[in-house]
Amino acid sequence: MLNIDNLHVYRGKTYVLKGVDLHVNAGEIVALIGANGAGKTTVLRAISGLLRPQNGHIQFQTAPHSDPIDLSALPAEKIVSHGICHCPEGRGIFARLTVRENLMLGAYLRRDTPQIQRDRDEITDLFPILKTRFGQTAGNLSGGEQEMLAIGRALMSRPRLLMLDEPSLGLAPVVVQTLFETLRKINRRGVTLLLVEQNAVMALELSDRAYVMETGRIALSGSSNDLAANDAVRRAYLGGRR
Amino acid sequence: MNSGYVLQQIVNGLILGSMYALVAIGFSMIYGIIRLINFAHGDIVMIGAFATLGLMQLKQVPFFVIALAVLGCGAMVGMVIERGAFRPMRGAPQVTGFIASLAVSIMIQNLGILFLTAQPRNFSFPAYMQRLIHWGPVSFRVVDAAIIVTTVLLMLMLLAIVYRTRLGVAMRATAENMDVARLMGININRAIWATFAIGSALAGIAGLMWGGKFGQIDPLLGYVPGLKAFIAAVIGGVGSISGAMLGGFLLGLAEVLFVGLLPPIYAAYRDAFVFSTLIVMLLLLPNGLLGRASEERA
Repeated sequence: MLNIDNLHVYRGKTYVLKGVDLHVNAGEIVALIGANGAGKTTVLRAISGLLRPQNGHIQFQTAPHSDPIDLSALPAEKIVSHGICHCPEGRGIFARLTVRENLMLGAYLRRDTPQIQRDRDEITDLFPILKTRFGQTAGNLSGGEQEMLAIGRALMSRPRLLMLDEPSLGLAPVVVQTLFETLRKINRRGVTLLLVEQNAVMALELSDRAYVMETGRIALSGSSNDLAANDAVRRAYLGGRR
Repeated sequence: MNSGYVLQQIVNGLILGSMYALVAIGFSMIYGIIRLINFAHGDIVMIGAFATLGLMQLKQVPFFVIALAVLGCGAMVGMVIERGAFRPMRGAPQVTGFIASLAVSIMIQNLGILFLTAQPRNFSFPAYMQRLIHWGPVSFRVVDAAIIVTTVLLMLMLLAIVYRTRLGVAMRATAENMDVARLMGININRAIWATFAIGSALAGIAGLMWGGKFGQIDPLLGYVPGLKAFIAAVIGGVGSISGAMLGGFLLGLAEVLFVGLLPPIYAAYRDAFVFSTLIVMLLLLPNGLLGRASEERA
């Protein structure tokens, strides 16, 4: 579904991604883990069009059997409509807008109003707390609620591929637990997930496959179970448990 | 000094404040969306005034149509300025945009002098607009009442656009976080363009009012309303639309009351008073009356 080939990206003058290859199959949960500054966020920003790659290809299949399109030539505001939604680092909710407005912005490009209403109901069933906060400004929500809003908003665009950047950041362990259960639920409904996480334990538990990034390159990749058992990964990212 | 006199001054203050507020709104909106201090904003008032003067030469055109055309003319000028001067600098440091806006302002003023000459021109509305109305101790012209009513109507329309439409949500989202706005599918260039169009349309119509109120216009007339709108925006809280409205009315009232209620020898210090207000405001309430605690975006 998503195929990244030899991706090179500069962030300003810094050479961040030095040839990344990565693919995501439809229906999967794929995790991208690695230390701070390895370039995980940059990968997502390049896919969603916020950064222009210097070199390389990002191919995406907009429907199950369609020919892939090249995303690297499209601006960010065009990419959402092809079925990719990027839930950015730090959640990126609009703090001064209401919860309702935030959700509806997720469906900004959609025109199928009745279906939008149904999706909104479905999403508020998934995150019931949002319904009680509809008229409030999003800045008043707690961190966990903001994360739910960010994910709910992303779902409003009906993505085929949902990319999440550090959804667990700054949340209490209990909240993270429920959040990850919800992510699994979303995946079962047919949304493919690409997840960037610092919390490698949780990420490897949730995902089918994972990539380990080191200074702009993919250092390791494989099934999440294998990686979780890998000594080098355990020492570096899983707190060195034996 | 009787109460009728004070009431009259308050009415005068509201009239002046209406025009300040209309200019301040656009100024504040533009700052809110791209953090640009746009010193060329006042010059759109001048363009609006001259556009009105030009259109009034066409005898058959009803006044209402002229007003609509002036709104459209302001919007167009704002869009051209944004496209030509500010969009190429998107992403540059704040000070670059500020200097660019000064350049645009100087250019507009000098083009005005070149093509329209620096000679002030008489600006007179049709006779029925000049008629005096007496309401108890207060008297005002039809044009004055029209200024206040039009201002209030335009403000209501603006709030409806900003808070009730898809475009308004897109504009507010863009003002808050451009990257995330793009991720939602918002074309931020169009949202910014719309902001310039709306803000500049209001400045243009303020030019029509300015001419009608003072009866004389020249190519440099935009300088003063531009500066005062800046102060009004600071008083209300730069970036806040309701703040700009409040700030504009307060500044107009304060200015008129300062001149009207103090002994006449102080009248010459009118602008000094206005600018002292700015300094006091910046010292005591740097975020303005309705502004948020200053947040710099990452």
